[in-house]
Amino acid sequence: MNHMIAATTPSSSVSSSSDVRLERLLSFYHQMQRIRRCEEESARAYAQGKIGGFLHLYIGQEAVAVGACAALQPDDYVMGTYRDHGLAVAKGMSVKTVMAELFGKVTGCSRGLGGSMHLFDAEHHMLGGYGIVGGHIPLAAGVAFASKYRKDGRVTLCFFGEGAVSIGGFHEALSLASLWKLPIVFICENNEYSMGTPLSRTMAVEDVTLRASGYGVAKDRLFVRDVLEVEARVGQAVERARKNSEPTLIEARTYRFRGHSMSDPGKYRTPAELEERKKSDPLTRARTELEASVLADKLAAIDAEVEQEIEEAVRFADESPEPTADLLEPTTYSGPFAR
Amino acid sequence: MIEEMERDERVFLMGEEVGYYQGAYKVSEGMLDRFGAGRVIDAPIAEGGFAGMGVGAAMVGLRPIIEFMTWNFSAVAFDQILSNASKIRQMSGGQFTVPIVFRAPNGSAAQVGSQHSQAMEHFYSHIPGLKVIAPAMPADAKGLLKSAIRDDNPVLCFESETLYSVRGEVPDESDYLVPLGVADIARAGKDVTIIAWSRIVHVALDAAKTLEKEGIDAEVVDLRSLRPLDSDTIVASVSKTHRAVIAGEGWPFGGVGAEISDRIQRLAFDELDAPIERVQTMDVPMPYNAKLEQLVIPQASGIVDAVKRTLYRA
Repeated sequence: MNHMIAATTPSSSVSSSSDVRLERLLSFYHQMQRIRRCEEESARAYAQGKIGGFLHLYIGQEAVAVGACAALQPDDYVMGTYRDHGLAVAKGMSVKTVMAELFGKVTGCSRGLGGSMHLFDAEHHMLGGYGIVGGHIPLAAGVAFASKYRKDGRVTLCFFGEGAVSIGGFHEALSLASLWKLPIVFICENNEYSMGTPLSRTMAVEDVTLRASGYGVAKDRLFVRDVLEVEARVGQAVERARKNSEPTLIEARTYRFRGHSMSDPGKYRTPAELEERKKSDPLTRARTELEASVLADKLAAIDAEVEQEIEEAVRFADESPEPTADLLEPTTYSGPFAR
Repeated sequence: MIEEMERDERVFLMGEEVGYYQGAYKVSEGMLDRFGAGRVIDAPIAEGGFAGMGVGAAMVGLRPIIEFMTWNFSAVAFDQILSNASKIRQMSGGQFTVPIVFRAPNGSAAQVGSQHSQAMEHFYSHIPGLKVIAPAMPADAKGLLKSAIRDDNPVLCFESETLYSVRGEVPDESDYLVPLGVADIARAGKDVTIIAWSRIVHVALDAAKTLEKEGIDAEVVDLRSLRPLDSDTIVASVSKTHRAVIAGEGWPFGGVGAEISDRIQRLAFDELDAPIERVQTMDVPMPYNAKLEQLVIPQASGIVDAVKRTLYRA
């Protein structure tokens, strides 16, 4: 008996912590699947001519935004790049309002005036996607400055790609955030390609986090396979920001499965490379783990829920009215137009 | 700035040398002692970085005053003003506003060479989403800057190194506000309208004195704001004098002078008795040599000559 008890006690505690992990993984799977399906449907709508301009898909990188946003409080701020659909959904925005924005409709989060690259939502503290590489990183430092100035206890997450690491805005923001001890986490989503140019041809020093040392900023580097690990690692940096008011630079090595934008067939990498990388897709890995568990039956229900949400979002976007010209001047200036 | 920072704790000043050094031109003298290093913030030489930080802080509700040592240096922060400050309101569908003031001395000083003598207001006045002010008189410097700080939009204030030493009556009231977009008649006259802004208003007033001796009564319009631009005052003056001379620093190709000229010909075409004249910086980078510099900068004599051309007395 003693032997049995001794054997079951640790195993039941393992199984309970493993249950916690699986519950959390299921919830993250749901979020990642919403983003993946939102992106796939927006690619389809783009092909149908319902979405114009540039469309940069987040497929393959979902675990970064989902894991990172899970480490935040609802009042914390996020700011990102033109590849911002995933961040918007991960921060709590509905797929409907994102899809309507992509369709250029007035019901979109930015009333059809921003488009794919400029998703904003004041309610969810999504401070926007930005189209000039690295230009938003000082803005995010300013948001963190405001939190410190007001002592509001909020943390800012700033997302950018490894392409931004070569431009001045990144360095100035890192330098100022360190100098003034700002509560911010810089997250470099290194998807290994700066549009079509691989890392080896854009950076002499491939480890992005080595830049942090020169500015006296804490750093962390992870290869994104497990969304829960992203949450834990970003969580440490968020805590450093919130408790000590100190910045962190995180490099999250990830991979995008689609081209830079819809106009990019991605011929600069081989099908073999792509297939190999898809094997470590965090979304697939999460699904495989869940399928093997007792929660497998819940997967089908989640998938069905996501399909319904996406279908409704596309229909909502399709049927929504377009913005009219009377919006242009009042959104350019607060108050009377300055001409 | 002191009054506005006392009135509203969301207002802070950030820039190079604004604190311990008391301002590169002593504009912020005493402010560090008064408000502390949390609100009068010395920034390293990273204009793009701290201009962008100001925009981000403004998005979430603070009201920053960002000082550049001169507007010339704003060129490395141009993207922050062009791509972020002016556009965030529109691209967020009106959800976020950017109540921020950028200020610095502008234009020529005294032999500081081509990279430190530029008139940058022309670049910024072109951009919808921004407001641009260029005070010439001490009272307006106070009243316009206060209005700018209280405005919910990005406002760019173009000051002048050579005007910092100009003395004049300044109302004491802490709520002395000069509205943006309203020009002032710096000198009333009936024969010709000289439209100027910032330092060149003083040059235009000198020219008007010379002209007076020759029996020509010039009206000088001090624009005070470049965007919004007070078309009504310009048109009313030109409708009275039927002649217009536009005088300001900056190259003649395009720019504020060209915009004013366009408005006059569109809004007051039938009132004109002569072609509109423009007196601007010569179309070359600023030379260092003192005599050549004076040749390149708009002078009272150049304004006098232009006025005479509009009166066919040249």
